Amino acid sequence: MLSNDISVILPELMLVVYAMAALMVGVYSRKQDAISNLILWTTVVVLAVAGFWIGLSPEGTSTAFNEAFINDGFARFSKVTLLWGAAAILALSREYLAKNKLLKYEYPLLITLSVVGMMMMVSAGDLMALYLGLELQSLALYVIASFRRDSLRSTEAGLKYFVLGALSSGLLLYGASLVYGFAGTTVFSGIYTVVEGEGLSLGLLFGLVFLVTGMAFKVSAVPFHMWTPDVYEGSPTPVTGLFATAPKMAAAAMIARVLFDAFGEVISDWQQILVFLSLGSMYLGSVAAIGQTNIKRLMAYSSIGHMGFALMGLAAGTEQGVQALLIYMAIYVTMNVGVFAFILNMERDGQAVTDIASLGLYSKVAPARAFALAVLMFSLAGIPPLVGFFGKFYALTAAIDAGLFWLAVAGAFASVIGAFYYLRIVFYMYFGKETAPLTGAMPTLHWVFLGGASGAMVLGVVNLFGVETIAGLAAATLLN
Amino acid sequence: MIGIEQYLGLSAVLFVIGIFGIFLNRKNVIVVLMSIELMLLAVNINFVAFSVHLGDMVGQVFTLFILTVAAAEAAIGLAILVVFYRNRGAIDVDDVNAMKG
Repeated sequence: MLSNDISVILPELMLVVYAMAALMVGVYSRKQDAISNLILWTTVVVLAVAGFWIGLSPEGTSTAFNEAFINDGFARFSKVTLLWGAAAILALSREYLAKNKLLKYEYPLLITLSVVGMMMMVSAGDLMALYLGLELQSLALYVIASFRRDSLRSTEAGLKYFVLGALSSGLLLYGASLVYGFAGTTVFSGIYTVVEGEGLSLGLLFGLVFLVTGMAFKVSAVPFHMWTPDVYEGSPTPVTGLFATAPKMAAAAMIARVLFDAFGEVISDWQQILVFLSLGSMYLGSVAAIGQTNIKRLMAYSSIGHMGFALMGLAAGTEQGVQALLIYMAIYVTMNVGVFAFILNMERDGQAVTDIASLGLYSKVAPARAFALAVLMFSLAGIPPLVGFFGKFYALTAAIDAGLFWLAVAGAFASVIGAFYYLRIVFYMYFGKETAPLTGAMPTLHWVFLGGASGAMVLGVVNLFGVETIAGLAAATLLN
Repeated sequence: MIGIEQYLGLSAVLFVIGIFGIFLNRKNVIVVLMSIELMLLAVNINFVAFSVHLGDMVGQVFTLFILTVAAAEAAIGLAILVVFYRNRGAIDVDDVNAMKG
């Protein structure tokens, strides 16, 4: 029995063992710089290999530890996305870390531990597993948000993230306690059975609302988004890149997991909450980003807006909607890896620059880079025929098919408003005022990610690299 | 006779005090950390009360997990607060304002 359980959680177990072993190597090593570099690259390889391992593992659903841990197609899709996203961002981090004397072996290992937490979140089949996964992820992320210890902004970002993250965990826990009390169990399938038999009692409804509130903090959905811009701006840039990719995928998948596995019988009850979250996020993300001058802050509002679209798929409450959510998040993670490969190299005379106006006539300084970023910006704005458009298209279709026609129309309007600030960056690069040019030289690896991401946005229009079919199969496993 | 209602009432009151402690507090960040702790402990009362009421051990196991995580969380929170204090020289809530908007 135990050996069976262990075999289900083997990828997570291997990552944890790797993290602890590498910590030991780091602690007892004399050459800190060399070992930090080595551990960083090893971690990139380990995360990427874990992604392949999970992606190529056989179909089918298996559970471990009395259903506390579920390994199904949905979890595997999310895990592959977040593992590769985290590996890519980690590979991009090295130059920034080395430049700012932050290249310590703890950094990749904290990311590994938070990735394990994320994998727990998307695989959770029990409120306890959900909470522990969430905290493992969050605690590691609080630390890396304030990783630049001598910077006021970085530590302030860490502090703000910590306080609001702890508040959201508290809300989620309170919801969990109510759900436990009124359903009599913490296992999702047990809660499902109770809700199916007796309907949603008042206590369970309150529990559900608190749970969703706590999780909405983690995906930074409006009205629980206020930490996002400050944390994105203050954190070291590679950490911001991480925040915008893997944790978002994990949190979105976690919401889907809880809502469908535990409360799949009462879709109409949570649908209205999600419609509200989605609508608010889409509009705030589009409108509030217009006045931003800092590109990291802009990406924060962009991520709020994008989560609104992802939640629109979820609000549909159908298999098609979950498929849209997965496709959207996979595309979003890819785009962000490309964009942050660019942002990490925005610098002038060795000094990092995050002001958007500094991109004035960038197309003359580095035409290829400017073009690649322009493609990504068009894709983020959702302009056809780029892949970013298809992400939005699936979400809108799912909403329309679920009878949320007005939400889809509102979403289309929001994306038009949002297009303004993405295109403004393109405008600065091609037609803006000439400024002192950015001088950062781009390492080849960063070029591969930037070029690869923007290339994928163009080439993906053929068949989305088969993601559509895989996401469809993954969504089907969640709803059964 | 103290029933489940009284326990739920107590924990709800403590939980709300914790939330208000975070939002209304203008003094310093230590109070915020204490409020967070208060919220988690309120949840623990809920779990234990439900656990006894239902005659089910799971709630108490959950409580032990929460206590463990709360300890780790307090440690990390204080560590972040210390590095923040080194940079800012103050821990007043009003001084956490390097970024706005």
